[in-house]
Amino acid sequence: MTSFLSDPVVQGYLEASMRLAMPIMLAALGGILAERAGVLNIALDGTMLAGSFVGFVITYLTGNLWLGVIAGMLAGALVGAVLALYAVLIGSNQVVVGVAINLLIVGATSFLYRTIFGVGTAQPRVTSFAPLELTALSDIPLIGPLLFHQAPIVYLGLALVPIVWIAMTRTSFGWQVAAVGEHPEAAETLGISVMRTRFICLLISGLLAGLGGAFLSLSATGIFIDNMTAGRGYIALAILVLGRRHPLGVFVAAILFGAADALQLRGQNLDIGLPYQAFLMFPYILTILVLILFAGKARNPAALGIPFHRDRPK
Amino acid sequence: MTVLDTTTKNTAAAYSAFRPLLQGILPSTAAFLLALAAGAILIVFWGGNPVTAYAALADGAFGSWNSIAETLLRSIPLTFTGLAVAIAFRGGAFNVGAEGQLYIGGTAAAVVALWLPALPSYLLLPLMIAAAMGAGALWAGLAGMLKLRFGASELITTIMLTYVAIYLVSYLLRGPLQEAAGYLPQTDRLPSGARFASLITSTRLHMGFLVTLATVALTQFLLWRTVWGYRLRVTGINARAAMAAGMAVGGLSMSAFLTSGALAGLAGVMEVVGVQHRMIENLSPGFGYTGIIVALLGQTSPFGVLIAALLFAGLQVGATTMEAAAGVPATLTVIIQALVVLFLIGRPAIGQIARALRRS
Repeated sequence: MTSFLSDPVVQGYLEASMRLAMPIMLAALGGILAERAGVLNIALDGTMLAGSFVGFVITYLTGNLWLGVIAGMLAGALVGAVLALYAVLIGSNQVVVGVAINLLIVGATSFLYRTIFGVGTAQPRVTSFAPLELTALSDIPLIGPLLFHQAPIVYLGLALVPIVWIAMTRTSFGWQVAAVGEHPEAAETLGISVMRTRFICLLISGLLAGLGGAFLSLSATGIFIDNMTAGRGYIALAILVLGRRHPLGVFVAAILFGAADALQLRGQNLDIGLPYQAFLMFPYILTILVLILFAGKARNPAALGIPFHRDRPK
Repeated sequence: MTVLDTTTKNTAAAYSAFRPLLQGILPSTAAFLLALAAGAILIVFWGGNPVTAYAALADGAFGSWNSIAETLLRSIPLTFTGLAVAIAFRGGAFNVGAEGQLYIGGTAAAVVALWLPALPSYLLLPLMIAAAMGAGALWAGLAGMLKLRFGASELITTIMLTYVAIYLVSYLLRGPLQEAAGYLPQTDRLPSGARFASLITSTRLHMGFLVTLATVALTQFLLWRTVWGYRLRVTGINARAAMAAGMAVGGLSMSAFLTSGALAGLAGVMEVVGVQHRMIENLSPGFGYTGIIVALLGQTSPFGVLIAALLFAGLQVGATTMEAAAGVPATLTVIIQALVVLFLIGRPAIGQIARALRRS
């Protein structure tokens, strides 16, 4: 068993699983806050794309990876703020705003990329994060390569799982978020500002989705390409359903998706008679299957998707 | 009760949010002009002159008979995807996957033409159109079934099915359906019977434009002058009320998905029989996504959709000229299109800010 697990192919597979899980896990972790507070964050995909693009540009210009990561997170927070402006302050339909924001960012990143880098043939690149090996721990079979032979953002992401967990279940902020998402009128009566809580949740959601996006360009690839999230923000929404909006659940669900994604990447190189497109479809079909199995069972926060107006009776 | 999940409630809420907008075209026009102004700022940032750029854009869109014909040609798929999203929206569903249904529809039409090449045009074209509508309806109906049966949000499933559709089509065009020469991911040129006659000589505008106008009139009629349209709209506004009134909400919701998919499939067949004359891998530069914005700008009314589609068609066609003449990347149009919606739905903010100012 140990020899199987220390096989380089298996180790590479486990590493890849985590690498592919990380962006959707980060976006989904932020999505927990947004949805628990009662706001559907359809804009996760665009938020990731913004983080991915801004992170890449800043690192390209400064040569500093961490500056890029921070800029990507801030870009994500900015998108979160725009969403909050509409979904919280104006009380617009959250789905319409989210979809419009996603389309806007696809166009904006594509336009700005051409503005900054021109339309030359050479693909601009940055040197992506090198794996940071925690030597003693990375030799542990199975969880060694999965957890401890990874780029620094992965450790950051893993640390965020218990942090979000504790924040949601053990702090007054977490309880306020839950109150706002379940019964905003009652929360408001108790002196909790529904709008402020939702605004903060969307900002944090933006920060985390931006981090997930920056991971794509700065850690997983070192390049930016048009629409590079390829629907990962929507997959993150399905991860939220599968993980029941719980940080641990989201973590496990994201790893499952990462493992499936890594499997399709490996599968494309195997000659087993299936066209490569069948493998490319796999994560999307898996997402649909997950929804078939779990969407009906999930219990949504009672106020999910419903705009709140303080001075207006329901 | 699965119909009454959050997205249904949402789209119903969205509809009522859009109701005030239905009065007059002023807000849509204002939003469009604001978005153009924002685009001008981006052109300056890019390092260009917005006046020359927009002049090139207008010239490319409406400057000659040929450019007008190109704009009308481009409005065909945008009208169909816009109608697709609008009909779904009216029935309480958010179809963000018209892009995938378009691809499936276009492919189905091409398969029919390759299978029955000897058929005369008057038989082949209707068959291709029927195949495209059927295939598009099937693809959207899958999402509808997943929503009604399993409570899976169509927001996610239609997007996921779009990726599946595009990879499926890619496989077919690189495998069983690939041209005999075997170079490009496309089918062989379709038989001459599988073509629309041109509408204005020496331009690419084809008879499909008349089909488009007829479909707009037909959907307008169906929505506002038939029992089905009435029930569909009631379901979209308030599914609970519709249910209480004894309407078969599930069936109505499903019919919204099917009609929506059929319309998106029509967008695909129009591109195949009218423009490409074969099925190709990059049939659509995002018509399905632009259709969402067309539907919203057109305030989910078929005539509004037509006007919005013409506007965006001009924008897209003109942008190509703008890129060639002034160098400004044509992707600017994607930004302008999305900003139109954000400005449109941001309208209540003006009132809120005014109220806040008065209070302080």
